Amino acid sequence: MTNFIAVVLFAGVVLYAVFGGADFGAGFWDLTAGGAEPGRHPRELIDHSLGPVWEANHVWLIYCLVILWTAFPGAFAAIMTTLYVPLGLAALGIVLRGSGFAFRKVVVRTAEQRVAGAAFAASSVITPFFFGTVAGGIASGRVPAEGGGDPLRSWLNPTSALGGALAVVVCAYLAAVFLTGDAHARGAGGLEAWFRRRALLAAGAAGALALGGIAILDSDAHRLFERLLGPALPLVIVSALSGGAALVLLRRAAPRLTRVLAVIAVATVVAGWGVAQYPYLLGTHLRIGQAAAPTPTLVALTVVFGAAVALVIPSLALLYVLQQRGQLESTS
Amino acid sequence: MTLTSLWPALAAGGPAQLLPARQQMALTLGFHIILVPFGVAFTFLMLLANYRGIRHRDGDAMLLAERWSMVAAVLFAVGAVSGTVLSFELGLLWPRLMGRFGAAYGIPFAVEGIFFFLEAIFVAIYIYGWRRLRPWPHFWTGVPVPLAGVGGTLSVVAANGWMNLPGGFSLVNGQVADVRPLAVFFNRAFWYESIHMLLAAYIVAGFMIAGVYAAGMLKGRRDRYHRVGFLIPFVVAALVMPAQIFVGDVMAREVFHKEPAKFAAIEALPTTGDHVPETLGGILTSNGQVRYGLRLPSGASLLAGFSPSTRIRGLDAIPAEVRPRPELVSAVHLSFDVMVGSAFLLLGLALWFALVWWRRRDLPRSRWFFRCAAVSGLLAVVALETGWVVTEVGRQPWTVVGLLLTRDAVTTSGNIWLFFAGTMVLYAAIGVATVLVLRLLRRRWRAVGLAEAQVPYGPEQPEQPAAREVGSR
Repeated sequence: MTNFIAVVLFAGVVLYAVFGGADFGAGFWDLTAGGAEPGRHPRELIDHSLGPVWEANHVWLIYCLVILWTAFPGAFAAIMTTLYVPLGLAALGIVLRGSGFAFRKVVVRTAEQRVAGAAFAASSVITPFFFGTVAGGIASGRVPAEGGGDPLRSWLNPTSALGGALAVVVCAYLAAVFLTGDAHARGAGGLEAWFRRRALLAAGAAGALALGGIAILDSDAHRLFERLLGPALPLVIVSALSGGAALVLLRRAAPRLTRVLAVIAVATVVAGWGVAQYPYLLGTHLRIGQAAAPTPTLVALTVVFGAAVALVIPSLALLYVLQQRGQLESTS
Repeated sequence: MTLTSLWPALAAGGPAQLLPARQQMALTLGFHIILVPFGVAFTFLMLLANYRGIRHRDGDAMLLAERWSMVAAVLFAVGAVSGTVLSFELGLLWPRLMGRFGAAYGIPFAVEGIFFFLEAIFVAIYIYGWRRLRPWPHFWTGVPVPLAGVGGTLSVVAANGWMNLPGGFSLVNGQVADVRPLAVFFNRAFWYESIHMLLAAYIVAGFMIAGVYAAGMLKGRRDRYHRVGFLIPFVVAALVMPAQIFVGDVMAREVFHKEPAKFAAIEALPTTGDHVPETLGGILTSNGQVRYGLRLPSGASLLAGFSPSTRIRGLDAIPAEVRPRPELVSAVHLSFDVMVGSAFLLLGLALWFALVWWRRRDLPRSRWFFRCAAVSGLLAVVALETGWVVTEVGRQPWTVVGLLLTRDAVTTSGNIWLFFAGTMVLYAAIGVATVLVLRLLRRRWRAVGLAEAQVPYGPEQPEQPAAREVGSR
């Protein structure tokens, strides 16, 4: 039962990393798209692709939070009282990003668009970075079970730095792959090439970071390192293979398959973290079973999860299908 | 919303984080709660206009629906992210609430997650569906939004009700055990609190939107577009208003029976007794006297138990160590009076409209009616905010009544003042930007004028523009 809920929680983390991550990554390309004129087309595509879906994708974060605090209340409190600096900054980043994006769609003057757009784009880079440092702090066992851990070293450490950097790069990679497909679907050849180049760049950076990360984890989070090369190894291999395959296919312009492969590459690497950490929720001092809420609470969460699968998944599918078919367009 | 700033004494006896944490919670909850009615109830008004637009080929209503959906898009985005901040704050500010009680208290939030998902998905399909979806299917993609709004409101307020009247679990060695999820969700405060908030959402959204068009009519824009834009939200809010007064009255008696400490604060009643007067206004001084208030003899006893001899427990019935300070009691008492006073003013406005409509089948002609209507939305927001002050401050010093003191729930790590300062700057910027963006939309729409405005679904339905003429005469 507790393992099941832990999987339900972690599935949310994976889905947020993939779907929320792609939206954050779009902000990265928005930020680096250059001045108003050269950046106009990429930004238009980003607006068009993100507009209908970012709020729904964002809800995965809420899903993770509510399951974490209901199923593993003590661990939630421990994480929050230790990693409050990056989490507080991430919370403010989320506000800035969502509002900035919503405002930019409405305002028309370049100066106003620039302010709103900068708020959206900069916070799209900062927020996943902080989430990455949080993941690094948890994965390297820097959150004590009773909470109140070191407020700085819990996220200013090698594993957190790796987590933060990897989060930004992986988000950028996902977004570039997704946007290449969207540009292809719109028949915008130039834009497609523009994003394809960036997907390759981001993939290269992610690969390099992952390789460098091996050394970092070996010295800074040794158990995680061993388990990633142990029980989680198949996932790591699948991730590397599908990431590589996505790059090859990207050149041949097969957007749908490329997207699936990129999603697999990211999902498996996040899942690898989960497998590597099992059976611990925090470091090597808090087991999932010890941290879990009483069984009736977990049963209630399972029922809620069932309802979510029955109601939310078809609705999300409808949203994505309508978007992919070009049925969703801004009215302004 | 930083009412607590007036009472630094609040922090007495708690960790240094207590005061800024409460300020932060008050600011962010007070900000978010203004946006909630727009996701929950404004989307219903938008669908009413859309329905009327399709069913009666009413071009004005259709144009309103489309424009309202663009407003809803902006407000829903800001509401979604400011709601996320509240989730973070449950852990960042109140970790010992979540750590100890998350296994019970978290359940309603998990349910709310589903509704939030559905709301976010269908709001997006609806907002972005105007161009390509056919009229009726498009309308139906919007229908889940206000329904999810109902579910979401009930779930979140269930969590709040649980803090007022915790139930559905037992404590074994200080640990939550023996959780009964349904009893957590449907706690003893659930029905009255959640319905009260749901109706409040409709009142705020209705009067706010009606106020925009009332202001336009005062400036001479008395075309059909403005009439429809005024009538749809105003009629909904006016219909809900009497129901809210009734629910509020029932609720006050429920609070009298189930939350006597809060009731004593609401009534600012120092000593237990019968023939308790209803005190309007006034403050409780530090020596336990109520000053400056207007007393209606036996009023509180009559309202609480339908008899002057109804005995009401006063603040003296609360153990001294958990008795709220006089400043807090005054804040709760005055907030309650302001809430009820605003509600009756709004009811008066609704009756004014009803009377004129009943006799003439037309809007009131008086400019004073439109002046009042123009500010009715602000008054509704005042009622909403003061209502939350009553339930939140009225629960103090408890976070979970009888089980967890606020000073024991608060975090003991970090400098919350810095977090609070950053949040204040950010929220001020976003609040201002939201208003500016909405004004920009209004200016743009006004510049387009009614005659040239493109009616939604236009290309698919060439006969639609005919209805437009009505609006542009």
